[in-house]
Amino acid sequence: MLPKEYRTISNLSGPLLLVEKTENVRYDELVEIELANGEHRRGRVLEITRERALVQVFEGTTGIDVESTKVRFMGKVLTLPVCKDILGRIFNGRGEPIDDGAPVIPEKYLDVNGFPINPYSRDYPSEFIQTGISTIDGMNSMVRGQKLPIFSGSGMPHNRIAAQVARQATVLGGHEDFAVVFAAMGITFEEASFFMEDFRRTGAIERTVMFVNLADDPAIERITTPRLALTCAEYLAFEKDYQVLVILTDLTNYCEALREISSARKEVPGRRGYPGYLYTDLATMYERAGRIKGKKGSITQFPILTMPEDDKTHPIPDLTGYITEGQIILSRTLHRKGIYPPVDVMPSLSRLKDKGIGKGKTREDHADLMNQLFAAYARGKEAKELATILGEGALSEEDKAFAHFSDRFEDSYVRQGEYENRSIEETLELGWELLTLIPVNELKRVRDAFVEKYLLPKLSDNKQQEQQK
Amino acid sequence: MGMKEKIVGTIAKISGPLVVADGMSGAGMYDVVRVGDLGLVGEIIELKEATASIQVYEETSGLKPGEPVESTGAPLSVELGPGLIEQFYDGVQRPLNLIEKAAESPYITRGINVPAIDRKKKWDFEPSVDEGFEVTEGDILGFVQETVIVRHAISVPYGVSGKIKKIEKGSFSVEETVAVISGPDGDSKVTMLQKWPVRTPRPVFRRLAPNVPLTTGQRVVDTFFPLTRGGAACVPGPFGSGKTVIQHQLAKWADAEIVVYVGCGERGNEMTDVLLEFPELVDPKSGHPLMKRTVLIANTSNMPVAAREASIYTGITIAEYYRDMGYSVALMADSTSRWAEALREISGRLEEMPGEEGYPAYLGTRLASFYERAGRAICLGSDKREGSITAIGAVSPPGGDLSEPVSQNTLRVTKVFWGLDANLAYQRHFPAINWLLSYSLYAEKLGEYWDNLYDGEWSVLRTEAMSLLEDEDRLREIVRLVGIDALSRQERMILETAKSLREDFLHQNAFHEIDTYASMDKQFRMLRNIVSFHHLCMDAIERGTMIQDLFALPVREQISRMRYEDEKELDKIDALLPQMKKEVEELLPEGGMDDVA
Repeated sequence: MLPKEYRTISNLSGPLLLVEKTENVRYDELVEIELANGEHRRGRVLEITRERALVQVFEGTTGIDVESTKVRFMGKVLTLPVCKDILGRIFNGRGEPIDDGAPVIPEKYLDVNGFPINPYSRDYPSEFIQTGISTIDGMNSMVRGQKLPIFSGSGMPHNRIAAQVARQATVLGGHEDFAVVFAAMGITFEEASFFMEDFRRTGAIERTVMFVNLADDPAIERITTPRLALTCAEYLAFEKDYQVLVILTDLTNYCEALREISSARKEVPGRRGYPGYLYTDLATMYERAGRIKGKKGSITQFPILTMPEDDKTHPIPDLTGYITEGQIILSRTLHRKGIYPPVDVMPSLSRLKDKGIGKGKTREDHADLMNQLFAAYARGKEAKELATILGEGALSEEDKAFAHFSDRFEDSYVRQGEYENRSIEETLELGWELLTLIPVNELKRVRDAFVEKYLLPKLSDNKQQEQQK
Repeated sequence: MGMKEKIVGTIAKISGPLVVADGMSGAGMYDVVRVGDLGLVGEIIELKEATASIQVYEETSGLKPGEPVESTGAPLSVELGPGLIEQFYDGVQRPLNLIEKAAESPYITRGINVPAIDRKKKWDFEPSVDEGFEVTEGDILGFVQETVIVRHAISVPYGVSGKIKKIEKGSFSVEETVAVISGPDGDSKVTMLQKWPVRTPRPVFRRLAPNVPLTTGQRVVDTFFPLTRGGAACVPGPFGSGKTVIQHQLAKWADAEIVVYVGCGERGNEMTDVLLEFPELVDPKSGHPLMKRTVLIANTSNMPVAAREASIYTGITIAEYYRDMGYSVALMADSTSRWAEALREISGRLEEMPGEEGYPAYLGTRLASFYERAGRAICLGSDKREGSITAIGAVSPPGGDLSEPVSQNTLRVTKVFWGLDANLAYQRHFPAINWLLSYSLYAEKLGEYWDNLYDGEWSVLRTEAMSLLEDEDRLREIVRLVGIDALSRQERMILETAKSLREDFLHQNAFHEIDTYASMDKQFRMLRNIVSFHHLCMDAIERGTMIQDLFALPVREQISRMRYEDEKELDKIDALLPQMKKEVEELLPEGGMDDVA
């Protein structure tokens, strides 16, 4: 039976339209809209009473008129057709293929909103992911099933970092199938083609699914794009056993779109005009990361958001930080110094690192070494600050050593090549190498046994080299 | 009794978690309803004649106007009885393991109806009164060993009194009658299962002011900003400042007999962590796994918003039930900000006039009445037993700015404030409780309590440590401006001791097997050593000893390692006292310290 057609649009406002005299319409149902010129658009029911339905149009309401536009309610929620061949494909923000490939022959259709994972059914993320980037692997280790966003700002190389992670991420000793699901929300054509080119060139495209909503695509579509991507990720992870890395960029654009709908509905705004339910809405996406007991696959999320004016207290990074398991923060100062990747180690944090590192996972000395590097870098930065105020002369010998350490740390540990894939051993050894710059008795965070095993050989090597010179 | 007629209305409007139904005349405010063909659980939160606004505890996607809404005629209630401990519930008391079974999926699907308490399990009931006894509401009838640690008291339900007609020892399920009480209105059968509406506080005989400490094993809390049994505390802090780790630490080590942990709108993985860790960790007092005294409630951020609103009431009602048995209960709610946001979302959909930042105007009263359900009290029942609920709420202020409504309304009603500091967290100083900002209004009262145990030394040590930390703040400002050379030798010593207080005492590693918990005996000894060393050094400086020599003393290394001493070997900490005296004395010019000591 064909769904009933309505020509009873009474009101259009922003991305919303109101349909009168509706019958048997369900909340959240998928809506198809046919314009006078034959163009089809889609939407969903946002609010419904006995007589009328409020519909959010994904592609925007431009060109829709009250007289001739037809509206059909499809009797189902928005679904994504999935099958294993979805890997390697590129879709637009509505889930339609845009790569000139064959249409997807669906194995099944999945509700894009998904359902909340039962916390009882979750498995705690504890397997280390090697990204090949020292500041992440060594200092803020990521684990499978974690959601770890990049907090960036306009003009910083977050895309290059994300692409590098997508290229290099592996699980130690694992030979599992690895897939990348990429959702672009309102990014520019240039940014999107950077990712596509990079994935093509490195062959990563074979194991990637892309959902692309560009800056000039309808803003409201961005609400759906990440949900399509996550539905696809859930299918690959929990039905096809893939280890899935989901890259969502840029969350700031997503939140703007949400704000647009909220203001069109004349809702009471929360902070800075964003709707009061922004936290809950973001959580329904971020919380779709994780591992599930008895399933081989996992979903790790790597969302990117550009902080307006680099302000971490802006509602978008703020609410994100409350939901995600840590954050990687980029520093404009480091970026200006020409250091790539400009990861600001101090305020960055991975909450799940403790269970993913150590003996049997990375190496026994990892935790101690990480704490020591943190402490030494903090002290070095403090000493350098002091030196700017009072002059180099005011520093003690130890402080000078720490100041020197912090420079070297930024220069050789933080800085690395865009195509440099450091193994965790290399990262750890580099850390010890840098610690040789500090007097041994100042190393209070590392156990003596580790100093003996990892640091002393380096010290004697260095001595020999000096003597040879 | 005639059957009450069923009230069945129909859906008129759906907007997210809010459903409006008409034809509901006769339904009561806060009555639980079943919504739609799926029978989703909801609660009436507004009534206008026959039109009811309902907050639905499950996702409303797919509902349509015209579907039926049926009132259950009862307000949202929890089930109380043996079998609560060790459970892992969602916000409306559905066991999450049973949801998994019923859904046959790791996802929470809709319309799942599972019992909160196992109906089949048999419990051994041991009566504590005999037939023929006169009993009144709250009197204990007997006990059930619920877990190794928890002896669950079965009491006369509220509103029942009379003579015990029948009571027997034996093995019963929660719905079977364990006693019959004949009262003025006839016989009442008592089962081990009770129901209680979550929004109504359970009554007590008399409320008492809190005066006994609730120790937590966390040095910055117990020594500096202590908590009482029956007190209320809040932990506000920006993200990444360690709110959840503190809540977990308190849930692990607080010397409460029962712990109710409510994960309200927070991360799923955090609850999984608790669920996996608590059965492994051993309670230092009982020697049994912590899970044996814990009830977990989780409504994570992606679970339906209305159930999040209900979750803290579910938690506190369960806490009250155990308080009424005479237990000391600790309730952790992480985070109350998420609860307030749920309130705001529902309020917005009801189109209520918003107050500050879009929160409803009744936010303050709701928060206050929640925290007021904490407290120490004499319970109902003729034995006048005493129970308490200590409530600890995390607050997540946007951008860490405490001027926002949830923080402000919380500070108004809680007596202990642990202010978390992002800068301390960056420096990896945990717990990142700022010692200059935080306060406890119980500190003075508890000072007397500890002075009685520690020969009057306690308050003196605490006050001195606090003032050293305050001095440090002032002196560091000077150093920042003009450099360390501007300080006198005494002032440099103060800086060193304050540093030692921060690094060797206040800083505590939650992930170190010994450091994670420090008894009061250990805390007292550690603090005494740090302050005594300060005194010795100050005297020595007075007598001309070089501060560099004092800073280089080997005993300082041992002071920094006190935290890792086992609880069974606290005399090793005591042994540092004579040692530091000896070491300092050796530095003194001729004449020694005799005239000082």
